[in-house]
Amino acid sequence: MLELILFYTFAAIAVVSAIFVITSHNVVHSAAFLGATLFGVAGIFLTLHAEFLAGVQVIVYVGGVLVLFVFVIMLISVERAEHERQFNRQWTIALITSAILIGEIAWGLFRGKDTFVLPPVVQRATGPVGNSEQVGTALYTSYLLPFEIASILLLVAIVGAVVLSKRRTPAEE
Amino acid sequence: MVTTFHFLLLSAALFTIGVIGVLTRRNIMVILMSIELMMNAVNINLIAFSDRLQQVTGQVFAIFVITVAAAEAAVGLGIVIAMFKNKETMNINEIDLMKW
Amino acid sequence: MNFLDLIWLIPLFPAIGFVINGLIGKRLPKSAVGVIAAGAVLLSFLLSAGAVYQLLQLEPEHRSHTVTLYEWINAGALRTTEGPIGQFKVDWAFLLDPLSSIMILVVTGIGFLIHVYSTGYMHEEDGFYRFFAYLNLFMFSMLTLVLGNNYLMMFIGWEGVGLCSYLLIGYYFHKKSAGDAAKKAFVVNRVGDWGLSIGIMLILLTFGSLDFKVVGEKVREGVMSGALHVSDPIFITIALALFVGAAGKSAQIPLYVWLPDAMEGPTPVSALIHAATMVTAGVYMVSRSNFIYQMAPQAMTVVAVVGGLTAFFAASIGLVQYDIKRVLAYSTVSQLGYMFLALGVGAFAAGVFHLMTHAFFKALLFLGSGSVIHAMHHEQDMRKMGALRKKIPWTFGTMLIGTLAIAGTPGLAGFFSKDEILWKAFSSRQGHILLWFLGACVAGMTAFYMFRLLFMTFFGESRVDHHAGHHIHESPNSMVVPLVILAIGSVVAGYIGFPAWLGGSNAFEHFLEPVFEPLPIPHGPELEYSHLAEAGMAAVSVLVAVIGFSLAYFKYSKRSWEEQREVRQYGALFPVLLNKWYIDELYDALFVNRAKDAGRNLWKFDAKVVDGVVNGSAWGTVESATGSSWWDRWIVDGLVRFIGGFIKTVSWPVRLIQTGYVQNYALVMILGVLVFIGYVLWGTP
Repeated sequence: MLELILFYTFAAIAVVSAIFVITSHNVVHSAAFLGATLFGVAGIFLTLHAEFLAGVQVIVYVGGVLVLFVFVIMLISVERAEHERQFNRQWTIALITSAILIGEIAWGLFRGKDTFVLPPVVQRATGPVGNSEQVGTALYTSYLLPFEIASILLLVAIVGAVVLSKRRTPAEE
Repeated sequence: MVTTFHFLLLSAALFTIGVIGVLTRRNIMVILMSIELMMNAVNINLIAFSDRLQQVTGQVFAIFVITVAAAEAAVGLGIVIAMFKNKETMNINEIDLMKW
Repeated sequence: MNFLDLIWLIPLFPAIGFVINGLIGKRLPKSAVGVIAAGAVLLSFLLSAGAVYQLLQLEPEHRSHTVTLYEWINAGALRTTEGPIGQFKVDWAFLLDPLSSIMILVVTGIGFLIHVYSTGYMHEEDGFYRFFAYLNLFMFSMLTLVLGNNYLMMFIGWEGVGLCSYLLIGYYFHKKSAGDAAKKAFVVNRVGDWGLSIGIMLILLTFGSLDFKVVGEKVREGVMSGALHVSDPIFITIALALFVGAAGKSAQIPLYVWLPDAMEGPTPVSALIHAATMVTAGVYMVSRSNFIYQMAPQAMTVVAVVGGLTAFFAASIGLVQYDIKRVLAYSTVSQLGYMFLALGVGAFAAGVFHLMTHAFFKALLFLGSGSVIHAMHHEQDMRKMGALRKKIPWTFGTMLIGTLAIAGTPGLAGFFSKDEILWKAFSSRQGHILLWFLGACVAGMTAFYMFRLLFMTFFGESRVDHHAGHHIHESPNSMVVPLVILAIGSVVAGYIGFPAWLGGSNAFEHFLEPVFEPLPIPHGPELEYSHLAEAGMAAVSVLVAVIGFSLAYFKYSKRSWEEQREVRQYGALFPVLLNKWYIDELYDALFVNRAKDAGRNLWKFDAKVVDGVVNGSAWGTVESATGSSWWDRWIVDGLVRFIGGFIKTVSWPVRLIQTGYVQNYALVMILGVLVFIGYVLWGTP
């Protein structure tokens, strides 16, 4: 019972906020609503017994990515953009396409509905260890290589971002 | 009872909203945010299955997704800034140098 | 000084005169030009006189001197189908024998007098130097003709005098009639030359040489050895061919038509060329070839008949002509007929004798008429003359002598020569009474028309135009003196042929005997006539002349001339005679217009067909160029344009996909995803 309420609460927060993200006229409002969505998603993670991920979600996504978004909006946002049309001309086709998309996905899900019914989990395979420990152990043993690659990826991203947005001195032009 | 099915539907809904945002909005920043929405939808999916199947793989994958999303956001915003220096607009429709 | 060896200079002096006057005469004063030209001829005359004098010192059998300058042609052996007959070898050599002596003396002597006369007559002309240059060229050609020792040199001179005749007849080239007359003379001469060329070629082929002496020897040898006979076809052919040439040059039927028209040239030209010298070239040529003619009696008959008919025919036309020079022209044709009549009956010496006397009085008459024309300011129509004898007495006097001479008045030159011819026409072996009768009639007609000319011009009432009448005066001395000299010659020249029946020595005939030596051919019995018969004949010819004179006297002297009366006299015959028996019109229709038509048709062919082909090829090229340009523009370029357009059209819809909008691309991607999902969901069972 509690699960259901929690689920629907967080789901509603997430979905509604998402809708507002994409329909706000003000970019900053969109960013705020994105934050709300992210929080909702974090809540979803919690209901799925993924505490570590929830924490990571909040810290990295909300505290990092969203802040970055807001910084950039602050830097380059133009007043003019607020008064223009917000939606481009292909919105009808886009809506239709998206409708078909979700329709297809839903239909696929409904068709395979029975596969999701599994005997309820009696005992959690986790044991006495917490979620963080679980994830950490897996990262540093089985998925060590992807972990290192991801760190390099982050390095590349940093360098790229810096280079892209660097101010060009007259000598470099 | 909350079944996995619910989580999947939620994920599908969020994903679709993200798609609509990408395809419809003219503001670059909103498009990037929509992309983040799509990433989150995928994460929900992964975590849901990880929980259902009692494997940690899904969560590890989700961590990587978050990592990549962060990196991609950083680089994308860098591109936006570089683009803005050229054209002073956030309207993606005006970036049409690839037009025939 | 051995004049005999210098005879090669005789043609050379006038040649040098021609070169000087021709090249620089325009810049010399007129007096200088006249002196150079006349002086050259005088030198030739003196040299000729000296050479003939030295020739006479030789024995009659040896009176033949050849001077060879150089070997001109040596073309190798001459072969016919019967085998080799000799060498084609011709020398540039000069022969002085009795016949050529007479010729050079006549040509240079009378030529000199005419040159002197021309300095006065042509004094106002612009082309003074040109006239004398041509006259000297003529002298050179004529002297080459008569002095050459072979047929080829004679032919060269023959052609040269023809050329000079053309140049001098057409001297007043501004007048179309003069140009036409010159052309007519040259073309008609050419017809004669064709015959002459054939004759010369046949002589070369038959005898292997063109040298007069060599051919004569060969004929003589042939006759004596029996290889050649009288009336052999080859002789008749050669004789007739040569006579065709003579008919052209010496104006016999049917090639006489050029001579009356040749009066378009200046009067001295008519005197020298068409009276005294050039026209006599035919007579000279036949005389030179006497050995050929002796072997062809049929040809000689043709010559005699043609000569006689020509004499009569021309005299008939001369009866009614009004132009003073035309009368003299027809008279010349008639007298030439006399000469050929003589040659035709075998009286070669008589023919040459008449040639000489005729040269004197015909030149005199022409120059005299020139003096009349000069006094009348270029009026030549006798109908506008009359009673001139008091105004130009010297001209009248000399012309009277000339007329008496040509009429055959006893004591003057014409009497002796004409009488000789008539006698031989009657008495010679080849002669015939009909030929004599023809000649006698002609004598009467000659007397008649010549005295008509005299009376119309110098007697009766003056019909002279008032304005011109005031300016009539005697000609200058340069013109009168030659007239007097010629008049003297017309009187005394005959005495060297003083006939035997009058007690003379007949020196002329004896002088020419070596040339006309009869061939040893068998003849029928000779008819012998007494001197009395000859005297009787002479009396008859004098009587005929007196009848002619009387008729003229009564018609033209007693009563003044009226045109209508003259026309009535002849009745229907008048227009025929006046229009020269319409012979010129006949020739026009038969030959001249046919030639013109041929020319015109060929021109039409050229203009239409040849030019048509050229134009057609030009048109064809343009058309094909147009065609290939069309092809290039529409087909080739069209193909290229079509391909371009096709690609453009096909690519248009595809191009639209490249909008440049990222969101469009994203939409397409999502659509692709939909397709894939759809395939997975529905495509697989």
